Amino acid sequence: MSHSTEAGAVHHSMLQTPYRDLDQQRETATLGMFVFLLTELMMFGGLFCSYLVYRTLYFPSFLEASRHMDLTIGAVNTAVLICSSLTMALGVQAAQSGRGRTVVLYMAITLLFGCTFLALKAVEYYHHWHAHEVPGFGFEFVSGAAGVDVGKAQLFFALYFIMTGLHALHMLIGIGLVTWITICAWKGHYTEGYHNPVENVGLYWHFVDLVWIYLFPLLYLISRMHT
Amino acid sequence: MAEHVVPKKIYYAVWATLMAMTLVTTLVAFVDLGRFNTVVALAIATFKASLVVLFFMGAKYTPRLTRVVIICGIFFLALLLAFSMVDYLTRLWPA
Repeated sequence: MSHSTEAGAVHHSMLQTPYRDLDQQRETATLGMFVFLLTELMMFGGLFCSYLVYRTLYFPSFLEASRHMDLTIGAVNTAVLICSSLTMALGVQAAQSGRGRTVVLYMAITLLFGCTFLALKAVEYYHHWHAHEVPGFGFEFVSGAAGVDVGKAQLFFALYFIMTGLHALHMLIGIGLVTWITICAWKGHYTEGYHNPVENVGLYWHFVDLVWIYLFPLLYLISRMHT
Repeated sequence: MAEHVVPKKIYYAVWATLMAMTLVTTLVAFVDLGRFNTVVALAIATFKASLVVLFFMGAKYTPRLTRVVIICGIFFLALLLAFSMVDYLTRLWPA
């Protein structure tokens, strides 16, 4: 069997019933992925909203608690995620141009960045644990500043752990998905015409990066200089 | 409609801008701007997020239907945040 007929066979078997052609099928898949990501956006949006409301209500306590964040790890992790988004975008672009082996390379680098992010996050959590900053587990918070309350500082850390924890869970799922894409790309499943899974996992990965782009300033930055 | 393949140099340019903006937002956090620290940080975050959505997620190159869906989602998030904040911020006002 010649190469062209083999590619043609793959091309055909990937086209599902209701669709006219692979382009239409891909556009539908992309639209579906965006709708899913919007439900994710509303879920994180609710958490961001409660953070903003409680920060307004318990301003002095949230300010003090926020200064216990490790700004260096936060900034480095932001850079790591941006780099992972670049390699993901280049990987998707390679899939679109039908370069399967290059997809494997870029996905592997993306995985590496993703694991680096989680490792740094784990170090950060470990430091919080040792500083007794985990709510419900012998939480301690000493501050001489006026209007600072232990309970309200604990609320900041509760929101911090829920938001970054949910984000880290998404990172774990993303790493699982990218591993799956890497294996399928290695087996040569994707062609110039069919690569919906690569594009949709890419969208998911960029979305998780997007959430961090807002988490970083809100949790680590905006309370630094307030007086 | 055939798929639009974005040239690599656009991705590199977006990446460089995102990295530069991360550096800027981190440095600005050490300058006391009062209330405007929050405004500047969120403005930079929104600029970065727009770049990610438009170029990395390819929203700029998707069909109009997909773009309408994305804008709807952002609109409802804005609604959630705006109405909640208007409520809580005005509660603190003296009667």
